[in-house]
This record gives sequence, C-alpha cells and structure tokens, in this order.
Amino acid sequence: MTELDADHANQGLRQWLLSEQPASRRQARSGQAYRAWLAFRANRLGMLGLGIVLALVLVAIFAGFIAPYDPLLGGDLRTERLLPPSWDHLMGTDDLARDIFSRVVHGSRVTLLVVGLVAIIATPVGLLVGTTAGYFGGWVDTVLMRVTDIFLAFPRLILALAFVAALGPGIENAIIAIAITSWPPYARLARAETLTIRNAEHIDAIRLQGASSGRIIWGHVVPLCLSSVIIRVTLDMAGIILTAAGLGFLGLGAQPPQPEWGAMIAAGRKFLIDYWWVATMPGLAIFIVSLGFNFLGDGLRDVLDPKAQK
Amino acid sequence: MSPLLSVENLRISFPSRQGPVEVVRGVSFTLGRERLGIVGESGSGKSQTGRAILGLTPVSGKATADRLEFDGIDLRNATPAKWRSLRGARMSMVMQDPKFSLNPVMTIGKQLMEAVKLHGGASEARDKSVAMLEAVQIRDPGRVMAAYPHELSGGMGQRAMIAMMLVTEPDLLIADEPTSALDVTVQIEVLRILDRLVSERGMGLIFISHDLELVSTFCDRVLVMYAGRVVEELDAAKMNEAKHPYTRGLLGCLPKIVGDVRPLPVLARDAAWLE
Amino acid sequence: MTDITIQSEGRASALPGWIIKFGKLASTVAVTLFGLLLVTFLIGRVVPVDPVLSVVGDRASPSTYDRVYLELGLDRPLYEQFYLYAKKAVTGDFGESLLTKKPIISDIARAFPATLELATVGIIIGTLLGIPAGVWAAVRQGRLIDQLVRIFGLVGYSAPIFWLGLMGLLLFYAKWGLVAGPGRIDISYEYAFTSKTGLMLLDTAMQGQWAAFRNVVSHIALPGALLGYLSMAYIARMTRSFMLNELAQEYIVTARVKGVAEWRIIWVHALRNAAVPLVTVIALSYAHLLEGSVLTETVFAWPGLGQYLTNSLQNADMNAVLGSTLLIGMVFVGLNILSDLLYTLLDPRVRSRL
Repeated sequence: MTELDADHANQGLRQWLLSEQPASRRQARSGQAYRAWLAFRANRLGMLGLGIVLALVLVAIFAGFIAPYDPLLGGDLRTERLLPPSWDHLMGTDDLARDIFSRVVHGSRVTLLVVGLVAIIATPVGLLVGTTAGYFGGWVDTVLMRVTDIFLAFPRLILALAFVAALGPGIENAIIAIAITSWPPYARLARAETLTIRNAEHIDAIRLQGASSGRIIWGHVVPLCLSSVIIRVTLDMAGIILTAAGLGFLGLGAQPPQPEWGAMIAAGRKFLIDYWWVATMPGLAIFIVSLGFNFLGDGLRDVLDPKAQK
Repeated sequence: MSPLLSVENLRISFPSRQGPVEVVRGVSFTLGRERLGIVGESGSGKSQTGRAILGLTPVSGKATADRLEFDGIDLRNATPAKWRSLRGARMSMVMQDPKFSLNPVMTIGKQLMEAVKLHGGASEARDKSVAMLEAVQIRDPGRVMAAYPHELSGGMGQRAMIAMMLVTEPDLLIADEPTSALDVTVQIEVLRILDRLVSERGMGLIFISHDLELVSTFCDRVLVMYAGRVVEELDAAKMNEAKHPYTRGLLGCLPKIVGDVRPLPVLARDAAWLE
Repeated sequence: MTDITIQSEGRASALPGWIIKFGKLASTVAVTLFGLLLVTFLIGRVVPVDPVLSVVGDRASPSTYDRVYLELGLDRPLYEQFYLYAKKAVTGDFGESLLTKKPIISDIARAFPATLELATVGIIIGTLLGIPAGVWAAVRQGRLIDQLVRIFGLVGYSAPIFWLGLMGLLLFYAKWGLVAGPGRIDISYEYAFTSKTGLMLLDTAMQGQWAAFRNVVSHIALPGALLGYLSMAYIARMTRSFMLNELAQEYIVTARVKGVAEWRIIWVHALRNAAVPLVTVIALSYAHLLEGSVLTETVFAWPGLGQYLTNSLQNADMNAVLGSTLLIGMVFVGLNILSDLLYTLLDPRVRSRL
C-alpha cells in the first residue's frame, strides 16, 4: 500500500515537473532542469563520465579508508621494492617500497584540490574581467580584451611553465600558474554574454533606479553569465588536470613525497622497461579521470547547447 | 497521353518524441505539361510534397505513396543512380532564397557548368551556360559567370538559379516560393522570366507558394493544401467558385481597394478541416 | 569596441579595404608582441633568483657584483629596464644562457628545426587522418562510426601525452622493436650527411642518404604519430561539426537537385565550405603541437625547443626560459595571422571585402 502511494507521488512529481503550463517560476525552472536531466540521462557517455567524476570525489573523500597502506611510508626496502601487481599490492610497489594503489588513491585528493582551486580562482577573475569589459564597452573593453588576448597568445602550458619557473616549483604555485593561464577564455565568454544582456530592459530598469555600475555588474550581470561560464569551466577540467599532471611530470608541480600522479609517472620513468607498472598505473588514473571529465563535459554540451544538438 | 507526373496518396512523416507526425497526409494529383500551383500556409506540407517528388525528403523523414510516377518511371523504388540521372536532367527545382541555395564559395559559372557537365555536354558547357544566362535576361553573362553568389543581388541570384535549373532543359520544374525572398519590384520580373521560359519549352511546372492571388494569376490549376491535405482543387480562372471555407477565408483575407471592411476578416479555423 | 568599428567602417569608404585590414593586423601584432614582452619581462622580475648572482656566481667579489649590477641596468627604474629589455629582444638579444654559455638566440636557432620537423610531421598526420574521419563521422551522423570517431577523439584529449609517449616507447620500442628509441637519429648516422635546413628528413633525402633517412623516419615515427593523434582528435571533431553545419545548408539540396553525385556533394561542395573555418583549426592545432612538443620532447629526448625549455627550467636559467617562451608566443601569433590570411584567401565573401 505504502509502496503504491510512493509510486503515485512519484508520478505526480513527474507530471508536475513536465507540465506544459507551469504555475510558478519555480515549477518552470525545476521542470527545465528535470528535462535537461532526462536528456542527459539518455547520453550514455555523459552518464559514464558523471559516474567517473562522482567516483573520483568519493575516492578522495574516503581515501583513508580505501587505501590499504600509507601513501608516504614505504614497506621493507629490501623485500618490498618494485613488486609487480598482486593481490597484496593491486598496482605493485614503487622504488621506495610504497604501495602504488594507495598512492594513486591519495593522489585523487591532489587532483581534486588542483581542479577545485583553479576553478575557484579563475572563474571569478574571468567573470569580472569579461562582464566589466562588456558592460562598460569603449576603451575599458578595448584595454581589458587586449590584455586577455595577450594571455591567449601564449600556449597555456608554456605560460604556466614560465610562471612556475618564476614563482618556484610546488603545488600551490602550480595552481596559481594554471589559474593565471585559465581565466582568459572565461573572460571572453562572459564578455560575449554581457554584450547580449547589457541593454536588456530589466538592466535598464535597475540603472534607472540609480544602482551603481558595480552593483549592476555584480548583482545582475554576473549571475546571468554564471551558468555558461560554469559549463565552460567544466569542459576545461580535463585540460586543467592534464596541465597539472604535465607540470608534475616536469618536476614543477607537487613535490615528492606528495602522491601526485604526474610526478609519480616521472618517478617511474627510470624503471619503465623493467618495472612497467610504476609509470603506467598513475598514468591510467590521470587518463580515466580526465576521460570522465571529458565525457561529462561532452554530454553537458549536447544537452545545454541547442546548436550542437542532434 | 499519359500525364507527366502522377501522385497518389503521398504520405510523409517525421519522427518525434510523441511518435511519428504526418506532415503530408494522402496527397494525390496529376500533372501534364501545365502550370500547377500548390498553395498553403507554412507547415501545410506543400514544400515537403515538392521535395518528395524529387526524392529529397530529409533522411529523418519517411515518404510513402501508392503511386509516384514520372513519365512512366516508378519513382518509389528508384535507386540513387536512377535519381541522379533524373534530377537535373529531367526534373529540377528552384528554391526560395538564392542567398542560401547557391554555393557561396563557387562561382556562378562553375555551378552552372557543373549542371551541364553532369548530364553530358562537357565541351559546350560554357557556351550553353552563357546562353542560358542571356535567356534569363542577364545582360553581362561573362561577369556573372565569374562572380560569386554574394556579389549578386537577390534578383540576379535567383535568375542565375533559374538558369542553372533550366540549362539542362528538364521536363518538370518545381518552383518552391521562388520569389518570396525577393524585393517586390524584382518579383514580377523574375516571375515573367520564369513564365516565358516554362511556356516556351513546354515544361510542366509546380509552383509552390503561400500567395493565393499570385498563384491564381500565374498558374492554370491550383491545389489548396491545409494541414497536409489537399482541401480543394480549382481552375485558376474560377477562383471565385471556391467552396472550401479555408480557400474562401484566404480569399477574404486579401485587402480590397474599394469598400471598407470592418472589422477586418479573420480566418476562422475549423477542426473539421483536419479530417 | 563599438566606436572603433564604427570609425574603421567610416574610413573604409576613403581607403582601400586591404590597407585597413593590414593596418588592423599590424596594430594587433604590435600590441600583442608588446604584451608578450611585458609579460615575460614581469615574470623575469618576480623571479626570486637574483639576476646578478646568476651571472657572476656566488663567489664573485662585491666589486664584480656591483659592476654587473650596473651592466644589467638594475639601478634604473623599471620602465627603463623594460625599455632596454624590449630593445634587446627586438634585435634578437635575449642574453646568454647560463647552461650553454652561448647567446640564447643561437641556442634556439639550433633547437627550433627539430621541434618544427616534429610538429610538422604531427600536423600532416593529424590533418590527413582527421579530416576524413570527421567527414565520415558527419556523413554517418549518429551511427557507429560517428560514435567511434567521437570516443577515439575524446580518448586523445584525455590521455596525458607524456604518459602515452612512455607507453609507446615501452611497447613499440622496448617490447616489439618496431621503431627506434629516443633521440632524432642514431649516432652512427649523424655524420652521414651535412645539416643544411636543420630538418633531418629533408637533409637526408636531398643528399640521397637513404639509410640515414630510414633511421630518421624510424626515430620520428612514434613521437610524430603521437602528436598526430593529438591534433587528429581536435581536427576530426571540428571537421565533423563544420560538415554537419554545411550539409544542412540549402545549397546542398541545390546540388542534389542538379543530380550531383553524393561523394562530390560531400567532398567538393560541403568540404570546400567547411575548409574555410578548418584552416583556422589546423593552424591552431599546429600551434598547440608546439606546446605538446614540450612534454613529448622530454620523453623522447628530442633535442628541440621543448627540451631546451625544460632543461633551462630545471636549471633556473631564466633568460633561456623567457627567450623560448617569447619565441613560442611569437610563433603562436604568427600562426594566428597566417590562418587569418588563409581564411581571407579561401572565403570569397571575406576576400571581396578587401
């Protein structure tokens, strides 16, 4: 009986969400989100990507429980160095007798940290630069966009390399360097969005009420640009992970003994031919995670960009 | 003599989330070497009917018919090769807007000569093309041959399009809103050219338009389509004998110079027309 | 932005379009180059490394230290230092490398052809495979082949290139011995020919040294294929989306009405239109291969700009880092300009506006 009721309630919710004549703005909005979710759910690769990303988050949260060994302290250097994958060590051990699986599991935290912090730093910068340029137009726009273009004129990894070289190696500096090289595309996007809404009537109305430019930009323009910029950031996540891994591989990112995947590949490179698993396993982790973000982003784009649809 | 084209119970459907939707629902007509107008509002299925005759229903759509015969050839199971030998050579189509229907990165001359070459006659392709451009009253064919579509005005572009479609001397021409995208002043000129060429060559013409009056002055016979069906077939000379309320409504919509009609008539739709 | 466009449109009536176009291009290039210089200069200033110490070493006497301090112009205000830096950089003087003790510009001149050769092989492979794959996927939209091209492309985006390189070396070189190992050429062949262009494939072929040529091919095959895969993923994806766009246009229907064969519609009518934006994509991915080469060269011990850059980085050789960063930035800008020009050449609509 209760089961039937629940089923009934579900049906009702579904109908409420899919209603052609929403009664409130909230209903319209949640209905839209639900429809987008339905479309996304039909995208198998997108769902796979979402699964991978969720798994990454869970692994990072519960790394302490999942990892069977300590990621930094190795075992017996005489007997447990460079062991091939087995039931005891799923991914084998490295040259310091550390369990590679445990290090990969803990490395997910570093990866999430990088992705999260870069997004948190670069998104507001890009938003602010782009909306300001778009809102004011004129010479403000010209100057800001020129600066953006200059940053875009460098290949991303190269500029990040130069910044890390200046700031000194380390995970924090790598994050700053990647963030510095990430914001220009977001600024471009935010500017384009702002140009389409800056003359909208509701913005005019707020202006007539005497709101300051800063208030209009931060309170009214930025929220409207936010969703498309966030999608763009999601699409960039895989690129951020690869750049961070590249910096780590070159020894400019996270420093040993931190379990960063790129640095782990670099460490395993010396033993590549005889002990293949040392470099292969962390690489697989990078590959799977960035594939997950790419699948997710691809699915999102299909659902949310009407031009790319079909 | 057997008709040039006969269509019986043509149905075209497209898939949608709620199952297939029929946009053309059992259209039948025959065409001799005459001028047939198909009139209807947008979404009435008139353009899809025209495209289906040429085998150009979009891949997502599905077209079926009890009979679809062109000059004794059954088109329903025509192979791609058969279609290619018919299209261009024996039947062709003028589309709405030359801005979109001409390839933007090919010169007019190249596009014209491609049509000629495809159906034999590579050697005199250039002469034929130039002659055809002259036939659509383009004064400077040499310049137009070398021009890209965006360098021509709408009227010029549409004339070039007509030239391209007629240069192979087909038996059947479908004109799908050929003047709707043009300036009013140019429309009449382009129509006159089209009219002259069609009657000179004795071709069959299907003229698709939303403009009932234009069609009735230009064609011999008119089919009125509504929601995928032919609701009425009329002799162009006897438009005022129209019986179907939809046709009468369309006629009533035209503004009159004499007499003040107030309130302006509105086309009242009847669900029964859908049956 | 708006007033600028209005202004230039106003001027368009007085001056021929190409002069305006050229002027705009020149000003963009000038501003961007200025920006590149400024950014590298500023990066050089935030370095915690004392620039004087890096020249004279730790054990220099205070007087030497002061002399070099003045020589480097470090007593002057920042803008004057920047002026000096820019003036030198424009004449190709980026200073001396700490590592090689040679002018950086000559180091770069020696390393650049190796990178150029690698990136060129990569872009050729990427274009030759990427365009047909993208066209095929677009024509069979939603079918199996479309999905495969899509997944293959996403995999290309997702794999770290240095890791792929290591895996490639492990399998194709160490396990199966199908290709030669790291480096550009075996030492035994290195003196079989004289270096003229710096591009070993060209040099060996022109001098008829076929054994050496084969050796060079076997060395470049793996890194070239890797970079090719990277650019192919991007080119195929963009080709697909451009082709889908073109195939939905009315002029495609016109071509069908004319009785044009399907292959000709796809490869001549549609692709010729898709080629216009594709040129930009190819130029961009060529530029990105320069970026990809930094990591690839490290893995394959490829003596190019990327390896030079990473070596300098690891030895805190700031002049060399900034010099090569600046150069790569300039190549980037150059490729952008080139793609802009090609765009103009390919699209009659843009061309006639000149």
